[in-house]
Amino acid sequence: MSAPDQSAAIANVPASKPPMGIHAVILGVFCLGFGLILAVTDRLTVDDIAARALEDRQNSLSQVIPDDLHDNNLVKDTLQMSDANGKDITVYRARKAGQVTGVAYEILGTGYAGEIKLMMGIDAAGKLLGVRVLAHKETPGLGDKIEVKKGDWILRFTGLSLGNPPAERWKVKKDGGEFDQFAGATITPRGVVRAIHGGLKFFAAHKAELLEVKTNGQ
Amino acid sequence: MANDYKTIVKDGLWDNNGVFSMLLGMCPAMAMTTSATNGFGMGLATAAVMAASSLLVAIFRNRITQEIRIPVFILIVAAMVTLVDLAMNAWMHELYKVLGLFIPLIVSNCLPLARLEAFAAKQPPMASFLDGLFMGVGFTIALTGIGAVREIIGNGTLFADASLLLGPAFRAIELRLLPANASVLMMILPPGGFLVTGLLVVVKRMIDLKAGKAIQMGGAHSVA
Repeated sequence: MSAPDQSAAIANVPASKPPMGIHAVILGVFCLGFGLILAVTDRLTVDDIAARALEDRQNSLSQVIPDDLHDNNLVKDTLQMSDANGKDITVYRARKAGQVTGVAYEILGTGYAGEIKLMMGIDAAGKLLGVRVLAHKETPGLGDKIEVKKGDWILRFTGLSLGNPPAERWKVKKDGGEFDQFAGATITPRGVVRAIHGGLKFFAAHKAELLEVKTNGQ
Repeated sequence: MANDYKTIVKDGLWDNNGVFSMLLGMCPAMAMTTSATNGFGMGLATAAVMAASSLLVAIFRNRITQEIRIPVFILIVAAMVTLVDLAMNAWMHELYKVLGLFIPLIVSNCLPLARLEAFAAKQPPMASFLDGLFMGVGFTIALTGIGAVREIIGNGTLFADASLLLGPAFRAIELRLLPANASVLMMILPPGGFLVTGLLVVVKRMIDLKAGKAIQMGGAHSVA
């Protein structure tokens, strides 16, 4: 490689050292210049990025709420709530002719390697329409069978509700419950089952508010 | 001059390969090579950042004084990474979903910074651009190679999900080479990254020895 003399100064600065201030000026000019470039790029991409994020959300929602259950735009019909621990939850509502026919929201489970982000859809009767994993850091090949792409384990939950199976059976088989764990991975499914159960409890606790049931005579 | 360019290309691709010769950029080389497709995508993003930042540093090399060169280099690399991050998120969203988490890591990859310091700061723009580009392409080849070996042994597939990255036309290169139950999971887990990278370094050095080349050690001669 034709590397020049390592001791040579990088810039062709004159032999007499320039005043210290010049460094600050050069650094400042570079910061300003690249700051401007980044600001312009941000402006150019901000709409597209927002559109992509919206598409992502729509995609995950359409997997847990069937299309024939609603005639509204789920992403636009949201409700801000907080769960038992005070964490914010954004609820997406499915409506047909104005009536709430189902809700969907994100829940968090604790897996083997951190949080597992799930989206669950529930119909007005409290039955699960579907659950999907949005993001996780579980071990590839072991814990990642919770993804619908890698296995149909997660489809098992469709149609279940808070009372079906009963509370003491809302566990993986190893803990005396209803649901299969994976060979070599129990913590991941355990976390998911617990999260879904928690999500159903949230629905039961806030049913009236979620479904906009009018309470008469109050 | 043409000869110089040829040396630059050969250095980047093989003789002075960022991963296999200089052992730089080990973090992405381990973390992003669970599949050939992931390694390929990460390599491409790194190559784009390296080519652009080498060109910029070479253009401004007479304006950047010795004392502040490192902060300016980091500033330039960070700006390029942010540009790639934003552009990918907006216009190559499928790829971004696979690689997004790792794009910011390019800033902390020491390979771009090493090339800026050792090459672009002293060489004209065209040569520097080529150096950045081909060091990046060499990095891509290395990551794709590591990813391919790990994926074949660890998962039995090759270029799985390549169509997500490159478009539906590339579904044909998604291969299943071994039955799913014959795979050795460990190769996809972190130990596999170290094993495969180490073995490929050995392979490269054996080829170099066979060819009668002196082995270049760790790039110590080129990185000041």
